[in-house]
Amino acid sequence: MLRPPTARPADSGVTVTTSSRPTGVDQTQVGRVVPPTETYVVSAAKIEEMARATGATSPLHTDREAARAAGYPDVVAPATFAVIIAQRAEAAYVADPSSGIDFSRVVHAQETFSYARPLVAGDEIRTTVHVDAITERAGLTFVTTRAELADAAGETVAVVGSTLGVRGEGR
Amino acid sequence: MNDGNQLAGAPEQGSGDGPRARTRPRLSDLHVGDVLFTRVAALTRASLIDYAAASGDHNPIHWSERFAREVGLEGVIAHGMLTLGLAGSAVTDWAGDPGALVSLEARFSRPVPVPDPGTTEVEISGTVGELGDGRVRVDLKVSVESRTVLARSQAVVALSD
Repeated sequence: MLRPPTARPADSGVTVTTSSRPTGVDQTQVGRVVPPTETYVVSAAKIEEMARATGATSPLHTDREAARAAGYPDVVAPATFAVIIAQRAEAAYVADPSSGIDFSRVVHAQETFSYARPLVAGDEIRTTVHVDAITERAGLTFVTTRAELADAAGETVAVVGSTLGVRGEGR
Repeated sequence: MNDGNQLAGAPEQGSGDGPRARTRPRLSDLHVGDVLFTRVAALTRASLIDYAAASGDHNPIHWSERFAREVGLEGVIAHGMLTLGLAGSAVTDWAGDPGALVSLEARFSRPVPVPDPGTTEVEISGTVGELGDGRVRVDLKVSVESRTVLARSQAVVALSD
């Protein structure tokens, strides 16, 4: 879940006091909305890879005829497939130096998926990321984002919530 | 999972028939507290490489012992999302239809070390937490060596009566 550390300015511009802001995360970005930066096309090949990597054995992940017989237009993505798309979109915020998030000090705290319908091969997804909360607890800064995945018709397919915990310097 | 030898998520224990042979579960057959499935996923470093490639998450803490130690870990750990993915696959394989998944969530409460050489067994079980409105809430227990690695983990699945 962690991404490689990104370059971070020596001075992030944040006034650091150990009591209130030990991690350098810019708390003023709460409420920020990051619009879609790409159209992600869901492929049968990626669905098969992800199903295999997560131990999903349903033929609906790999057999188009079986998927169609079950009422789907094409093969169906496994349970956590949406995280691939969500993380690409989240990177526009969390990997940007302006967020103040240092990935060498990040742990993945929580993840939630909510599906309006399953992702299927051929879906063209555009994702909007919302920065919902930045909170401090026990010396950690928790950053919660919400990625909304919409299809070509603009309908929401899935919502992926992610909380990262950022450790303070020297912790 | 990488070569079919130690297939991650392969049911080691369950109702006895494979997912292809099993009919879809029905809501009216379920009761709160029923254990729906158990499975053990065996992870090796190759499993982590497979997941990194599939997911696009190439953080070196999931493949480089040196990097993992430099950032304060005792060694390479599995992606939290791999562990949750294994749990999600256990749910959808049980349901017989991956499209029936309404929601899935977890807190990553403990890292999952994957030694080299070695194998880490992730134990997954699902129990009926709540029923109603055409849905079942499946409470997930996900542990390594009997210690919970995903907390507050649950899925909601749509089923017919």
